Amino acid sequence: MSSPKPALQTPRRLVGLDLLISELAVLFRRRRTIAMLASIALIPILLAVAVALSSAVLEPGQGPPFLDRVTQNGLFVGFTAMVVGIPLFLPLTVGVVAGDTIAGEAAHGTLRYLLVAPAGRIRLLLVKYAGTVAWALAATTTLMLSGAVIGSILFPVGPVTLLSGDVIAVPEALLRTLLVALYVSVSLMGLSAVGLFISTLTDVPVGAMAATVVVPIVSQILDVLPQLAWLHPYLLTHYWLGFADILRNPIERSSFGSNAMLQLAYIVIFGSLAYGRFATKSILS
Amino acid sequence: MTDLAIETHALSRRFGAQAAVAGIDLAVPRGSVFGFLGPNGSGKTTTIRMLLGLIEPTSGESLVLGESMPRGWRSVLPRVGALVEGPAFLPYLSGAANLSRFDAADRDGERRTRRDRVESALARVGLSHAAGKPVKAYSLGMKQRLGLANAMLRPRELLVLDEPTNGLDPQGTREVRNLIRSFAADGTTVFVSSHLLVEVEQLCSHAAVMSAGSIVAQGTLHDLHGPDATTVVVRTPDAEAAQRVLREAGLDPTAVPLDGGDQRITAAIDQSTVDADGLVSALVAAGVRVRGFALDEPTLEDRFVALTGEGFDVVA
Repeated sequence: MSSPKPALQTPRRLVGLDLLISELAVLFRRRRTIAMLASIALIPILLAVAVALSSAVLEPGQGPPFLDRVTQNGLFVGFTAMVVGIPLFLPLTVGVVAGDTIAGEAAHGTLRYLLVAPAGRIRLLLVKYAGTVAWALAATTTLMLSGAVIGSILFPVGPVTLLSGDVIAVPEALLRTLLVALYVSVSLMGLSAVGLFISTLTDVPVGAMAATVVVPIVSQILDVLPQLAWLHPYLLTHYWLGFADILRNPIERSSFGSNAMLQLAYIVIFGSLAYGRFATKSILS
Repeated sequence: MTDLAIETHALSRRFGAQAAVAGIDLAVPRGSVFGFLGPNGSGKTTTIRMLLGLIEPTSGESLVLGESMPRGWRSVLPRVGALVEGPAFLPYLSGAANLSRFDAADRDGERRTRRDRVESALARVGLSHAAGKPVKAYSLGMKQRLGLANAMLRPRELLVLDEPTNGLDPQGTREVRNLIRSFAADGTTVFVSSHLLVEVEQLCSHAAVMSAGSIVAQGTLHDLHGPDATTVVVRTPDAEAAQRVLREAGLDPTAVPLDGGDQRITAAIDQSTVDADGLVSALVAAGVRVRGFALDEPTLEDRFVALTGEGFDVVA
């Protein structure tokens, strides 16, 4: 019979950031993540090349918003690409990352080893959520920066005329570019929480991913039905295109505020559901 | 401080109408190598998952290292190394990266010493050469050893190993047995589930046998062998003479013909009243050509089958 050795009593840490660091390293070194970032970077590149190669001059207002301005100022490539990317492609990638969080670990069987380590269930959920938020930031920033780079290669770059008619200098325009990335990242945080919750429901990551992607699609369909106007302010995607308000002077803050409140509500609701589901879930995988 | 590393009281878990674990009372002494036996589907893995806080019991309680589980997970689990229902890793990460990841998941896993601990755990299971390879390139046996390395990333008070030799070749099985012995020599309690009786017989000091959700026997390995039921086995062509000698010694022999004209004569013997050594000379003195003489102890396998039943239909 041996008595417990004092050597085993290590100091107890309260938070332990190593798991978060490890999670981010695994996420961003993963080939799938890199491939998704590359395809996101391709959106503005395809768009800019298509515009550069076509001789047709668009009338103002024709095509997606900002497209008519691209030939005059390369900095609009990123904004146009964001308009194209936000309805489907960006939420698709968020669905992949968020749907994979818990279900992916369960499918690999690594969930039980993380919990036995012990990671702690709440801590694991928080770390996984932080990973999806980091993904959203990386995705939107990549899209905007790729747009700025390809735009400056193919088109003239100069002071940007805003939607309000004011003109801002290039550095200010780049700052607004990053603000758009931030706005869209916040827009995707509610969806990330929905995906995290769905991911706790299943051991099949592809199912969780698909279910997560369906949510913004349904939301966008509901958002165009005038009969459901009362519902529109509560829809996850309602303010997604509101980033255009960043291109006004002064910046129109109300859409950012409404969007942030709405996303926060989704985070609270679906975060609680994910916690309620995962805190006592039987881990049979 | 209790002297039991694992203690359960009426621990039960139902899945729907099925009682996977039906009120078991385990008592695993500290410092023991405890064999947890039972056929497939008898509730071993469900019990292990409850002990590790992966699933909550329907009723009853379990104490691991003196603290209640799952409530005490925060202080219990860092002191427990586990291999649960096969190893599992992210296939696209290297073996070393997978171990670092699990160590990072433990708040008490120190970053400063992580690399060294991962390296020495890999060396201990003979995987140093494959440390940088992605796990998807590992064989089943290598994954199993990586799983054991994960269990020993830190000094542990208790190792819970579910089928640790699954998928290992004979050399690997021997290595794992030696590893388990070395842990036990360090004073670590080892709780090892298995359906391989030979393994348990060679390794364990204590064992419990599960069948259909209940523990049907538990104790030291010696206790488990059951009532002393030694059998004397004589192989000879002179069956009648041999049986007569054995009867005179107070035994009740039965003879079974073997190929080649010999007969195999068996009789239960109580060695406290009958001198087994004297039987051989008595047989020889009676002119019996003794071609084989043995005292058979019942194997754990005989006992196991007696407790859990034959065939696959054990959960009926």
